[in-house]
Amino acid sequence: MTAVTSTAVRPAAPQRPRRRITWSKPVIYFIALILVAAMLAPVAYIVIGGFRTNSEISQDPAGLPTVWHVSNYLDVLSSEVFWREAGNSVIAAVATTLLVVVLGLMASFALARYSFRGRGLIYTLFTAGLMFPITVAITPLYILVRSLGLMNSLAGVIIPQVAFALPMTIVILVPFLQAIPAELQEAASIDGCGRLGFFWRMVLPLSRPGVVTVGILAFIASWNSYMLPLFILNDDTSFTLPLGVQAFSSQYSMDTAKVLAFVSLSMLPALIFFSIFERRIVGGLTGAVKG
Amino acid sequence: MASVTMKATRVDAAPADRADGENTSPSARRRRRGIGWAARIELIVLIAPALVVFLAFVIFPVAMAAYYGFFSWNGYGPATDFVGLRNYVTIFTDPTFHDALWHNGVIVVLSLVIQGPVALGLALLLNRKMRGQSLIRVLIFIPYVIAEVVVGIGWSLMLQTEGGLNGLLEKVGLGSLASDWLADPKLAIWSLVGILTWKYVGFAVILFLAGLQGIPEELSEAAAIDGASFWQVQRHIVLPLLGPTIRIWAFLSIIGSLQLFDLVYIIWGQYVASTAGTSTMATYMVVNGRNAGSYGYGNAVAVVMFVISLVIALLYQRFVLRRDTEGALTGGKKSR
Repeated sequence: MTAVTSTAVRPAAPQRPRRRITWSKPVIYFIALILVAAMLAPVAYIVIGGFRTNSEISQDPAGLPTVWHVSNYLDVLSSEVFWREAGNSVIAAVATTLLVVVLGLMASFALARYSFRGRGLIYTLFTAGLMFPITVAITPLYILVRSLGLMNSLAGVIIPQVAFALPMTIVILVPFLQAIPAELQEAASIDGCGRLGFFWRMVLPLSRPGVVTVGILAFIASWNSYMLPLFILNDDTSFTLPLGVQAFSSQYSMDTAKVLAFVSLSMLPALIFFSIFERRIVGGLTGAVKG
Repeated sequence: MASVTMKATRVDAAPADRADGENTSPSARRRRRGIGWAARIELIVLIAPALVVFLAFVIFPVAMAAYYGFFSWNGYGPATDFVGLRNYVTIFTDPTFHDALWHNGVIVVLSLVIQGPVALGLALLLNRKMRGQSLIRVLIFIPYVIAEVVVGIGWSLMLQTEGGLNGLLEKVGLGSLASDWLADPKLAIWSLVGILTWKYVGFAVILFLAGLQGIPEELSEAAAIDGASFWQVQRHIVLPLLGPTIRIWAFLSIIGSLQLFDLVYIIWGQYVASTAGTSTMATYMVVNGRNAGSYGYGNAVAVVMFVISLVIALLYQRFVLRRDTEGALTGGKKSR
């Protein structure tokens, strides 16, 4: 893609820069600035609010802190509850991500590189799964998880999350795996590499952008997941962060500043994770859209 | 690589052969390659885990919902009190459900009408080469990455009567505009749509940007050389080619709006949502199903939601997305 665009740009190069410098630039930057402000203001309100005191917040809800108090953040960071809930969230998100990637990659490899009867049917079944959001299945899912004895356990959250993440995973990964040229597989097999060897040595490295995209989407979805834990996790020692945040905010509804500090800290990991991998998400989506 | 080129003559036949085998005659291909039991076991090992998990935790629960929807059942022990269609009659005669359905409809329409054009404009702007572009792309996606719970609690603190927004309005001298954004039934649904726009517009932008990257730059270049203005290029070349991406986004947005639960439940809670006029089918389902201990009824609501979503999805695919499968063939050839 880069090679194509760079060669294509060259003939028109004398015209493009001139166009960009003229009227549009300041307008675009101004719009971009407003946009960024609108996107970030609520986040800033939450983060900055955590540095204020409750009396400040009630007197002047929209102001900046006069003195930046870190005590709210320190309180949250030194509380056992926060770390327990963060730990639960980490376990759930990491396990979900690993399982989704492993199961999804295996199934996508079979769907993309093998031809067998029923392949089309299975693929259609998985893509149809895109239309079954967890909301519709939540009540019976709760009954199912309860009858499996997984209530109040992270496994009861992880397994359904994996199941519901699989359709998107397979839809994104199959085009990636199909795009690997057949010649590569031929060459590998001539060199004495079996189909599974091909999977390990060629497919895994080549499909990494797709895998990273899928993994990030699964991680963030699990980290933010609310409805499923709300049904499955009733015991507050098993709470993940979203449930914990809600419980904390109703328990300390008078202590707005502390709630804001708790909320900011709980969104931090997903944000960091996302900013590191953002470029790859867009890359992965592009591959999927193109394919 | 070297081996590939060396064996080029031998490999030459393979791709065409493979393409045929993929689509039409799998059995022929299997025989030719001599793939037998070993491959079948491989296949089962590869595909069975995902398939089992998917069937057990996605398809099976939906089927369960259809079954339990015919019972009056408190969720414990076997369901024995078969009530036929009574749950469904109750749903369709309950004015609270009508309200929820109406709110879902409003949210679907407003999400499309507001987020679509905004996201499109932003994507077109951000697709131009500019300083800080990658930073802006990250920032615009941040609300989408933040958990619904965080968004819900943050916004409800900002929008409550003593909250940040009214405080800000007072500061800039617009104190008369201060309102009860969350509880006033005339405003609440607009507040909800505002929050939804803020949270989900970034997703649309990223999707559109990904679609824009797939449009060959030569087309815009050629039009520009022929004297088309920036907006003419966008209107007559980029927009039509982005059509498939836009229609897929609209589909995802509609389904998402129909299933909306988290934000409403977090901000308005189970009791306020219906009085403030923001209840959705999903909050109705949770409040009248699980929270009321009527699991049979909750399942029936789930079935209704599912059928509504499915009908809309099928109609959409029949009448809107079908054009893409037709256009994709010709469009695909053209772009290649």
